[in-house]
Amino acid sequence: MIALEHVSKAFPGRGPEVRAVDDVSIAVGAGELVVLIGPSGSGKTTTMRMINRLETPTEGRITVNGRDVRDLNEVDLRRGIGYVIQQGGLFPHFTVADNVAVVPRLLGWSRQKRRARAHELLALVGLPPERFADRYPRQLSGGQQQRVGVARALAADPPIVLMDEPFGAVDPITRKGLQKELRRIQAEVQKTIVFVTHDIAEAFLLGDRIVLMADGRVVQDATPADLLRNPADPFVTAFIGEDRGLRGLQFTTLEELAEPAPGAATPGAMVLSGALSILDAGRELGRHGANGRHGTANGFWVADAGGNPTGYVSFQRFAATLGETVGASDADPGSADGGHGGVPA
Amino acid sequence: MEYLREHPDRVWELTVEHVQVVAVSVGIAILLGVPLGILVTRWRRLEGPVIGAAGMLYTVPSLALFGILIPYTGLGRDTVIVALVLYSLLAIVRNTVAGLDGILPATLDAARGVGMGGGQRLVMVELPLALPVILAGIRLATVAAVGIATIAAAVGVDGLGRLIFDGMRRLDTDRIVAGALVASVLALAADWGLARLGDLLRRDLRRSVGRG
Repeated sequence: MIALEHVSKAFPGRGPEVRAVDDVSIAVGAGELVVLIGPSGSGKTTTMRMINRLETPTEGRITVNGRDVRDLNEVDLRRGIGYVIQQGGLFPHFTVADNVAVVPRLLGWSRQKRRARAHELLALVGLPPERFADRYPRQLSGGQQQRVGVARALAADPPIVLMDEPFGAVDPITRKGLQKELRRIQAEVQKTIVFVTHDIAEAFLLGDRIVLMADGRVVQDATPADLLRNPADPFVTAFIGEDRGLRGLQFTTLEELAEPAPGAATPGAMVLSGALSILDAGRELGRHGANGRHGTANGFWVADAGGNPTGYVSFQRFAATLGETVGASDADPGSADGGHGGVPA
Repeated sequence: MEYLREHPDRVWELTVEHVQVVAVSVGIAILLGVPLGILVTRWRRLEGPVIGAAGMLYTVPSLALFGILIPYTGLGRDTVIVALVLYSLLAIVRNTVAGLDGILPATLDAARGVGMGGGQRLVMVELPLALPVILAGIRLATVAAVGIATIAAAVGVDGLGRLIFDGMRRLDTDRIVAGALVASVLALAADWGLARLGDLLRRDLRRSVGRG
């Protein structure tokens, strides 16, 4: 859907040329949410802004649906790509409904159709249109403004949405809510999204893939789970942070851990869904253990999507994985087994 | 006050002349000054020369400016209008630039990002948001022009200044007071009227620009 091929961007300045983006290649598939993350000055925002030509690459090629963006009219290109920025970037003199419907208006939709679409989208982002449509942005809270920003980006139903730290300016609790909303909306609308953030937790929560950048280069481009399991270099580890182990537990599922089942599940034995993360499974085991239901079992079965127990995880293996992962960030592996879920080892 | 009571027709006639000269001058200054202000925000290197020149013009005493202009524009309205336009430019250009500069970068970025062309950005976003500041400049220019226009009588143009100049020649204080009083009231009225117009326009523009 979107492809960046050896893209560089140099900003003219005094002294030696500064490359904000340096030979970056990224491919984003249809319906994928790719997070660009990195410290300030890593080039993540510039990289994103080159996709809708708010910045012009000095080298390389960017294609959207196989067409070089340089060959497209920049105004038409941007109308076909949703765009969300920090604090929404709402037009203060437009009502909420007019803000949402601005791209449809530029595209020449009728007033009636615009109004209907604005109402539809306000409902989608959780702002009842009858209450919010005719307000002005300054009458909304920061979180509500962000929702309007997201609604505006989706108004003309663009296949691609670019989001530049959209939730960066709101308080952590509101941010959590907005992130969950975005996941729900994304499940519904299935857009191709490029999402810029410097919040690693946000990246793990939202990203199908995470592209970690530093000094204008891509350091690692991987799924959240792979990034945690196989950090490319110490920079990645450092950026991911000290609690990498715990996050790893969130991103490894029982399915990945299970070995082929030794036989049919014994009646009454414990069966857990393969989709559970190790962290959640630990909690689950803890609950069962507290009820004294493990008995003499050495492990538990893992069920596939159809509910059939096709895999097996011994308690020993489970605990070892826990210890290993937590131990990677925690110098004292001894604290791993009991601490994070009450696993009977 | 006696003069006002005895010659209301004459005073009214001169007031109308006065208002006409000011309105035409400020009108031309808006047509020149706002685009010039926009131009300055697009080509920043123009800012120094344009604002500097307008500022210098503003410091030239009005009587001297009329004198300088007479060889080119003659004795009459043209001279007065050119001078008033030159005086009004500073406030209008400066406030246009300030108004446009005062818009949040995020708002402009969003305007580009949603796919507005340059003209659309200007008409839908930049001018409406800068309007209160531009209008404040127009108010300033208008109030100043009402005062300066009294000097127009010196180059033979009718207006409230005629009463003042005649009064000075005949040592008739009553006339001077009449001219000054009406000019002051006119300036206050213009100030108040433009402030109200600003409120109205802002509300109206919000509606029309928003809903198109």
